[in-house]
Amino acid sequence: MINALNRNLEADLEGRTGQKVRLCYQCKKCSAGCPVAFAMDLLPHEVMKMAQYGQETRLLKSSTIWLCASCETCSTRCPNEIDIAGAMDGLRQMAIAKGVEPAEREIGVFHRSFLDGIRLAGKTNEPALIGEYKAMSRRLFNDLGLGAVMFVKRKIKLKPRMVRDRKAVRRVFRETEGGAKE
Amino acid sequence: MSDISFSYFPGCSQSGSAEEFGLSTVAVCRALGIELSELPDWNCCGASSAHMTNDLLAVSLPGRDLAIANRLGHDLLVVCAACYSRMKVAQSRILGDEALAKKVETAVGGDPRFRGQIRHLLDVLVNDVGVGSIMKWRRLKLAGLKAVPYYGCLLVRPPEFCCCDSVENPTDMDRLLESLGVEVRSWSYKTDCCGGSLSLSRTDIVEKMVNGIFTRAIEAGADCIVAACPMCVGNLEMRQKPAYFSFKLIHRMPVFYFTELLGLAMDLPGVEKWLGSHLIDPFPLLSDVGLAQLERT
Repeated sequence: MINALNRNLEADLEGRTGQKVRLCYQCKKCSAGCPVAFAMDLLPHEVMKMAQYGQETRLLKSSTIWLCASCETCSTRCPNEIDIAGAMDGLRQMAIAKGVEPAEREIGVFHRSFLDGIRLAGKTNEPALIGEYKAMSRRLFNDLGLGAVMFVKRKIKLKPRMVRDRKAVRRVFRETEGGAKE
Repeated sequence: MSDISFSYFPGCSQSGSAEEFGLSTVAVCRALGIELSELPDWNCCGASSAHMTNDLLAVSLPGRDLAIANRLGHDLLVVCAACYSRMKVAQSRILGDEALAKKVETAVGGDPRFRGQIRHLLDVLVNDVGVGSIMKWRRLKLAGLKAVPYYGCLLVRPPEFCCCDSVENPTDMDRLLESLGVEVRSWSYKTDCCGGSLSLSRTDIVEKMVNGIFTRAIEAGADCIVAACPMCVGNLEMRQKPAYFSFKLIHRMPVFYFTELLGLAMDLPGVEKWLGSHLIDPFPLLSDVGLAQLERT
């Protein structure tokens, strides 16, 4: 794979998340305990190594940074106390900042739909979230039966929950636009 | 009997897809004399989607709630494991980094430097109220129920915000359930991830993860799972049946919130309604073990 190196990747990641990936000595505890490892294209310890090597393109285009479920099992067990899940957050945020198309499109769409909902109402509402996610991911017919059962079981409520001071919520989104870039 | 009072952060799910968790929490707290006053005009904590995509937003959304809690001055009680985790992380980062605190203050228009405690209900029940005094409130022994306690990720990780007695092998919920008469089965999936944040977007992956959890629960000899997180319960219930189709294993295992079993054992009004809103119907199991003088509603 043609792979542009970023010699500053380690430092960028440290600036963004405080995590020092150079501490990784490849014990692979992270990958051994990762519950999503079976679906990843790069295992967590490989992500650490590639970050040391500055292989930014491969990392930002990987599925792994989107599949990481942030369960933090890796961060809990790392003998060098690297918050690997935190570093994954950093890589994902770098991908977004650089406009790299997510390798896992649906997951990107899900996060956007989730945050759009909060921006509008201040609280999360299942019908709005599912509706926007389905429309944007173009997967209209997934889980229809499940949706019907959830409605009958009163798990999906039509009356939206709203924050009264929605101006304040909009302000939070406006002030944090683009994340914590220095 | 107790004089415990909190500002209460209910979280979005507890009035929507996990209404039974919200209702049972309020009922149990009222019965035990834990006074809750809902945080006025609270907003969503941002959950995984915020911290996965925008760091500053992930601190500022809970930051607005912390600013409200700060005005009121009481400790803050949270029941959703995901909200709990986001609140704790935000609090620690705001108090530990003055530059960040200033940014959050600008974003939320209030002082987010909340110095009170943020507690999860499970921790309060086990450590403040105490398993011994909860036993005195038991009206119905839940004998016959064989459960595996499922803590999931966010009650125990990251370890600096773990609200249980151990990160890898917590036993708080075990002891609570035992005091209700439940037979707690030992298993090694207590703190495994259910894949909740991928439930809608990568259902295929999540079905495998959920299938693994149920398979282990069956191997452990359990007939139900007890959890403390609306993401876990929703995900385990939603993805259990599809996993059955893919893996041909008999998974119709009920999943309870710990507050529901507490309410059942304390014979509180409303239990039927809570249990009736589960996607996996728990009444067949309850009548098998002789606990269903309960009428389905």
